[in-house]
Amino acid sequence: MELLLEGLKKAIEMILSGDPEILEITLLTLRVSITAVLVSTLIGIPAGMFLGLARFPGRKLILAIVNIGMGLPPVVAGLWITLFLWRSGPLGELSWLYTPTAIIMAQILVSLPIVTALTSTAFQQINPKLILQVKALGATKLQLFWILMKEVKLAILAAVIAGFGRVIAEVGAAMMVGGNISGETRILTTSIVMEVSKGNFDIALALSFILMTLAFIITFSLTYLQQRKRSL
Amino acid sequence: MTTLLMVKNLEVKAGKKTLLAVPLFEIQDGEVLGIMGPNGAGKSTFIKALALLETPAHGAIFLKEKDITNDLTLEMRRKFAVAMQQPLLLDTTVFNNVAVGLKLRKLPRQEVKSKVSAWLEKFQISHLAKKQASTLSGGEAQRVNLARAMVVEPDILFLDEPFSALDFPTKAQLLKDIKSIIKQTDTTTVFVSHDLMELRYLSDTLAILMDGELKQTGPTEEVLSSPNASTAAFINEWKSLLS
Ligand SMILES: Nc1ncnc2c1ncn2[C@@H]1O[C@H](COP(=O)(O)OP(=O)(O)OP(=O)(O)O)[C@@H](O)[C@H]1O
Ligand SMILES: [Mg+2]
Repeated sequence: MELLLEGLKKAIEMILSGDPEILEITLLTLRVSITAVLVSTLIGIPAGMFLGLARFPGRKLILAIVNIGMGLPPVVAGLWITLFLWRSGPLGELSWLYTPTAIIMAQILVSLPIVTALTSTAFQQINPKLILQVKALGATKLQLFWILMKEVKLAILAAVIAGFGRVIAEVGAAMMVGGNISGETRILTTSIVMEVSKGNFDIALALSFILMTLAFIITFSLTYLQQRKRSL
Repeated sequence: MTTLLMVKNLEVKAGKKTLLAVPLFEIQDGEVLGIMGPNGAGKSTFIKALALLETPAHGAIFLKEKDITNDLTLEMRRKFAVAMQQPLLLDTTVFNNVAVGLKLRKLPRQEVKSKVSAWLEKFQISHLAKKQASTLSGGEAQRVNLARAMVVEPDILFLDEPFSALDFPTKAQLLKDIKSIIKQTDTTTVFVSHDLMELRYLSDTLAILMDGELKQTGPTEEVLSSPNASTAAFINEWKSLLS
């Protein structure tokens, strides 16, 4: 208990003192997570819509792969990204390993399947007769997609929230592909791991409060957006 | 009377199974044509083909004597409106639901507003305009559904059992209202129903569809009074129930 209070005190102290390192870690965490979720959303929603609505050979196989991807262990994702970005790997020339870009890539790899799979489930649940009805109202293909998207917007936002949850909590991959380099790739989760291993529980607790506050604020905003008064 | 829509050698298949085979079918301008038949006869399949929502395996479609078989475009589809048994409203307000067809056709805002208001009025649901569709009763939702179909002033209105889930008083009132609206606007209508009472009340012409084939077509009372060999059993059963 004392440790917790001590941590909270330390957290407030660190935040109030405007510790530049904490600020930098926090901002990088935000930048990396938001970028990853944004990319996952921009790719995952259309991909999920397509997988949910279209019928083509191989669709079930792809759906199965995407569903498995939801449970992809982050360290495995990290390993793949490492292999790709390794000096002699296919993308080695880009020198992205141990940069924030590498962390973003790993986080996309773990969140994209979640956004895609949950979005596709949402579209699969649409009544086929509703699709026919919207066509009958005179919708073009694009207009049809737009209307259907609005019909399932709650589920789509839930998919984005779930994707964000995965990304903000992720540490194994970020550690592996980022390297937790001070001032470069250190984010909140990786520095918590480091501080704990050094026995600095108060700092670790302080960082964890910041992390939880961030997660809370963003998830709350997304939920607020989701539950906002519905309009066309 | 002129022929508004005509199909020739229409055939709809699901895989190898033929769901519908209609050698010739016509709808006259201004006619209210009822289609009756048992469950699974192919009535909804027929409506989907006529309203250009599904491409038939075979057949030629003529609109006002113009062959549109190879021209089943959005523009053609937008000449028709469909209301089905389930209202299938969108998750938004009543006003927005009725406005959908017009918005999809990119009508100017002001025009959308005035048309929607006028049709809400005609279906006596103006007071519901701001309500969420999900909060409506079955009867109210079906009125919204019908207003949503009529607001685009379709050349042909297709109704696929829109009254069958309503209780009797609700149904009776809505039948009266839709009949007067169809008369007032002189809207050509294809009306699918199981219910002989509804069909007698609304349709000038009655077509009996069984096993994917049109077994008999003619003026409603004539078909009912003199069914042919294939339709006699089906129609007489109905008549014995009503008498
Ligand atoms: N996509 C499809 N694939 C296979 N069979 C289908 C398909 N759609 C419809 N059918 C079959 O076609 C037949 C006609 O169906 P349809 O829905 O047109 O009947 P209906 O006359 O409208 O019936 P109801 O009175 O129950 O509404 C049914 O036997 C149905 O099972
Ligand atoms: Mg049907």
